[in-house]
Amino acid sequence: MNRVIRTRGAAAKDFVSRHTAGIMLFPYGLLFAMFIIIPVVAAFMLSFTDFDTIRRPGFAGLKNYITLLTADEVFMKKVLPNTILFSLIAGVGGYILSFLLAWSLAQLTKIPRTVMAIIIYLPSMTGGVLLSAVWSVIFSGEKNGYLNYALLKLGMIEKPVLWLQSESTLLTIMLVVTLWSGMGIGFLAILAGIMNVNQELYEAAYIDGVSNRFQEIIYITIPSTRPQMLFGAVMAIVNTFSQSGVGAALSGANPTPGNAGQLIVPHIEDYGFLRYEMGYAAAVSVALLLLIRLSSVGANKLFGSKED
Amino acid sequence: MSQKHKRRLIQNGINPTRFSRGQVKFYTYLIPICLVMALPIVFFFMNAFKPMEELLAYPPRFYVNRPTLDNFRRLFSISSSTTIPASRYLFNSILSTALVMAASLCMSVSAGYALSKKRFKLRGAMMEINNLALMFVAVAVMIPRYFVIAYTGLQNNFFANVVPLLAMPVGLFLVKQFIDQVPDTLVEAAVIDGAGDFRILWRIIVPLVKPALATVSILSFQLSWNNAEASMLYINNETYKTFAFYMQNLSAGGSSFLQNAAGGNSTAGAGVAAAAMLIMFLPNLILFIVLQSQVMNTMTHSGIK
Repeated sequence: MNRVIRTRGAAAKDFVSRHTAGIMLFPYGLLFAMFIIIPVVAAFMLSFTDFDTIRRPGFAGLKNYITLLTADEVFMKKVLPNTILFSLIAGVGGYILSFLLAWSLAQLTKIPRTVMAIIIYLPSMTGGVLLSAVWSVIFSGEKNGYLNYALLKLGMIEKPVLWLQSESTLLTIMLVVTLWSGMGIGFLAILAGIMNVNQELYEAAYIDGVSNRFQEIIYITIPSTRPQMLFGAVMAIVNTFSQSGVGAALSGANPTPGNAGQLIVPHIEDYGFLRYEMGYAAAVSVALLLLIRLSSVGANKLFGSKED
Repeated sequence: MSQKHKRRLIQNGINPTRFSRGQVKFYTYLIPICLVMALPIVFFFMNAFKPMEELLAYPPRFYVNRPTLDNFRRLFSISSSTTIPASRYLFNSILSTALVMAASLCMSVSAGYALSKKRFKLRGAMMEINNLALMFVAVAVMIPRYFVIAYTGLQNNFFANVVPLLAMPVGLFLVKQFIDQVPDTLVEAAVIDGAGDFRILWRIIVPLVKPALATVSILSFQLSWNNAEASMLYINNETYKTFAFYMQNLSAGGSSFLQNAAGGNSTAGAGVAAAAMLIMFLPNLILFIVLQSQVMNTMTHSGIK
C-alpha cells in the first residue's frame, strides 16, 4: 500500500518536473486564450453573420463589410475622418511630443528630471473615468466654468459656451485631453532608453564630425533607443485607440452630439449594445483591429530591427 | 574632439551631474508644460475641499479659502441613503484590485520564467503571439468578450471584475525581458544544486526581477482600480460594482444619481465627485511615486528588438 502511494507520488512528481514549462504557462495561456485570442477570432466570425442576439446568427457573407463601406453614412462621413485626424494628432503627434519631452528631461540633473517626469506621467494615471471628471470642471458649460469665465472676462465670448456639447469644439477638446493624458509608460520607456545611451557614442560622434544637438538626435539618440522607441510607438497606438471612448465620456452622450466626436470604439458600442446589431458591430471591430495592425506595421518599418 | 565639445558633453550631455547654464533653455519650456499637465489635477483637488458656497461662487476661485471635509462626508453619508453605500463600492474595488495584482504577478512571473529560461517547442511562437498582443485593445472586441463572459458564468459575478484583466501582455513582456537579463549560468548552477523550477523561480528569479514586478503591479493596479467597464457591461447586481463605476456615475453631470448624492444640486455634486475622484487618484499617485525608480529600471529593458 505504502509503496503504491510512493510510486504514485513519484509519478506525479515526475509529471510535474517534465512539464514545468507547460504548468507555468498554463494559467496565463488559458486566460490569454479566453480573453484575447477567442474574442479576436469570434469578432472575425461574427462579422460574417447577421447576429442580433435574439435570432440564431445566419451567414451573411460580406454584407456587413459592404454596408460599412457603402451604406453607413455616419461611419464614412464622421467616424473615419475623425479617427484618422485623431490618430494623426493624438497618436503620431503625442508620440513625437513624448520623445521630445523625454529627450529634454534627459538633459537635466536627476532631481528636477524625476520630479518633472512624475508630473508629466501623472495625467496618464487618470485614464477613463477620472479623465472626464477632471476636464469637465474646466470645460463646464456654465458661466462659472473655468474656461468660460476666463474667456468671458477677456471679452472673447459673449455668453457661456457649452464646450462639451458643441459640435465645433468637442473634437478639439478630445485631442487636447488625449494628448494631455498620453505620456504613459511609452514615454517612460523612451526616457529610460535615452538615459541609457552609451556616453562614449556621443564622444565618438563628435570626433566624427557631429556638431549640434539635432544631428546628435538623428545619428545617435534615435538609433540607439530604437527598441524603446518601438515599444513607445506600440504603447502610443494602444493608448490612442483605447482612449477613443473619451468623446462619449466628456459629452455624456453616445453617439456624441452631431457625431462630432464619434470615433470607432463608441461606434461599435452604439451598434453592439444600443442597437444589438452584433454582426455589424463585429465587422466594425475587425476594421479597427486591422487599423491597429496597420499602424503597428508602420511603426515596425520605422523602428524595427533591420534583420527582419 | 575639441575642448568645447568635450566640456559640452560633460556639462550638458545626457544625465548631467550638476546644473549649468546650458540647461536653462530646457527649463524655459519644461516648466510651463509641467504646469499645464498638473493644473487640471490641482483644480480638481481644490474642488474636493471647497465648501458649498465656494463651489457655487461667481467668479470661480482657484484657491480654497476655507477647506472642509464636507464633500467627503456627503459622499459617504448621503449616498448611503441610496441603497448601497459608497464604502461598499470602495471595498469591492480594493478587493478586486488586490486579487488582480496578486494573480497577475504570479502568472506573469511564472510564464515569463518559462518563456525566458526553459527550452521547449513553440516557445518562439508564443513570444511572438504575446508581442503581437501588446497592441491588443480590449475595447475593440468588447462584444465577443461579453459573450465569453456570459458563457463562462462570470456574468453578474464579482469575479467579472478580476478574471478578464489577468492576462496582461505588457506585463508578461516586461517581466520576460527582465528575466532575460538574469544569466543562464545562475539558473544552471541552481539546477546542478538540485533545485526544481518552482524553487528557482521563487528563490532566484523573483528577488532579481523585483523592479519588473513593481512595474507589473503598478500597471495591474491602474488597470483594475480604474476599471468601470466590467461593472457597466457584465454586472447587474449593484453590490458587486466598483468604485470607479460609482465615480463615473457621480461625474456624469446631471444624472439622477448625482442629484441624489448632492441633495438635488449639480454644482454641489461636482464637489462630491471631486472628493470621490481624489479617493480614486491618490492611491495611483502614491504607488507610482514609491515605485518610480523601479519602473524606470524596468523600462530600460522594455525595448522590442
